[in-house]
Amino acid sequence: MSAAISVRGLRVERGGREVLHAIDLDVEHGRVTGLLGPSGSGKTTLMRAVVGVQLVAGGSVVVLESNAGTPALRQRVGYQTQDPSVYGDLTVDENLQYFATVLGASRPRVTEVVGLVGLDGLERQLAGSLSGGEHARLSLATVLLNEPDVLVLDEPTVGLDPMLRRDLWGFFHELATGGTTLLVSSHVMDEADRCDDLVLLQEGRVLVSGTPEGLKRETGTVDLDAAFLSLIDAADGTP
Amino acid sequence: MSPRRTRATALRVLRQLRHDPRTIVLLLAVPCVLQVLVRALFADSPSVFQSLGVPLLGLFPFVAMFIVTSITMLRERTSGTLERLLTTPLARGDLLVGYALAFALVAAAQATLVSALSFGLLGLESGHRPLSVIALAIANAVLGMALGLFASAFARTEFQAVQFMPAFVLPQILLCGLIVSRDEMAEWLRVISAVLPLTYAYDALARLASSDELTARFWADVAIVVGVTVVALVLGAATLRRRTP
Ligand SMILES: Nc1ncnc2c1ncn2[C@@H]1O[C@H](COP(=O)(O)OP(=O)(O)OP(=O)(O)O)[C@@H](O)[C@H]1O
Ligand SMILES: [Mg+2]
Repeated sequence: MSAAISVRGLRVERGGREVLHAIDLDVEHGRVTGLLGPSGSGKTTLMRAVVGVQLVAGGSVVVLESNAGTPALRQRVGYQTQDPSVYGDLTVDENLQYFATVLGASRPRVTEVVGLVGLDGLERQLAGSLSGGEHARLSLATVLLNEPDVLVLDEPTVGLDPMLRRDLWGFFHELATGGTTLLVSSHVMDEADRCDDLVLLQEGRVLVSGTPEGLKRETGTVDLDAAFLSLIDAADGTP
Repeated sequence: MSPRRTRATALRVLRQLRHDPRTIVLLLAVPCVLQVLVRALFADSPSVFQSLGVPLLGLFPFVAMFIVTSITMLRERTSGTLERLLTTPLARGDLLVGYALAFALVAAAQATLVSALSFGLLGLESGHRPLSVIALAIANAVLGMALGLFASAFARTEFQAVQFMPAFVLPQILLCGLIVSRDEMAEWLRVISAVLPLTYAYDALARLASSDELTARFWADVAIVVGVTVVALVLGAATLRRRTP
């Protein structure tokens, strides 16, 4: 079976300069793939290309055997943007109801996802008055409504406490066990250990990719954080 | 497009408005207050009020919906919800028609209220066609909405969007024939006014206000208003790009 997401020679220009340089990448079915890299390395841009909202300068992005962004994929790929994209002047429940209708999800599913992201009891609160972490979880909930086959999540755990982060990562793995493919970005290196596969981006290039164990073996470290820092430093040419 | 998604979008826009009661009150009350002011201003010359009153009924919704829509759409662009929606099965038509339905409903409430006040209490004559006046006011509102939607594509910030109101709307009000009759305008102004949609909206309202029979010219006006609305909506849809730099 071919990869769930397959990127070949992807080049993207933003603001007059090339920010992704000939990216090659395969994301396997039913796994949690971590997209890591320093701020500005191109994680969001790559994810936008995968969901088909990024104008690209060259190369191909194939998702579930169709070109990224084709209409058939819009039902099967869920995208959580880095900044929460929900309506601040609607309540939690109203936001979810709207996205549920748009995505063709049922009313009981709305109650279900509220539980999944731990927003029970806040259904009637305006999204604009939620705390940062609650806001992010509401944005995540809207993506889970129709149980897409591929989930593209841009820094879903930013601003969450350690317990919530652990729960969410546990939940991501449950989804993957159920057959969902997840591409999750983070610039918190200590989350790398929670992924099945890793891709490290650096200045618009894939620096390394592989499983956490494989990368530890390659770099001869036990600590992924240290491994990545040394890889990035080496690529920068600093000692 | 799907009727279910279009309806959900209209409902969502109305719900957003419901959480902003002050805007609702402003939308409904401001035109009433302005109409009362115009009436008081021309207390000694009722004929002037007669000729201004009906066109104004149609212009209020046009201006209000232009502003409300361009700001709402700009917010949708800058908050990331538009990008998110464009990754879902929602068609661009669902979004635009959803907006049009929601704001047409608001415009209907607005136009009905100002009309009731004007015809009932302020003594404005409707030319025996109050319902047609309201219908035309709603058509104007949807025209304003469609132009606002299109204009919002060229605004990066809310400041710019607000400035589009004097830029897009004021020249149309100045040149539509309300302030100076088109026959008395300099030739070049008349040419400009002929390509501005509000000119035809004004002309249709003015013809309704007179109690004469409705001529073919009236129906041509209406057709132009509807046609420009459709063109603006199609152009607006073209500005909603799924892929952006
Ligand atoms: N709209 C834009 N116009 C011009 N340049 C942009 C735009 N968006 C991003 N860039 C540039 O593209 C590069 C990659 O940005 P991107 O948002 O993909 O980084 P990122 O890895 O997601 O960073 P972060 O971890 O901070 O979210 C950056 O150098 C950024 O300055
Ligand atoms: Mg980013």
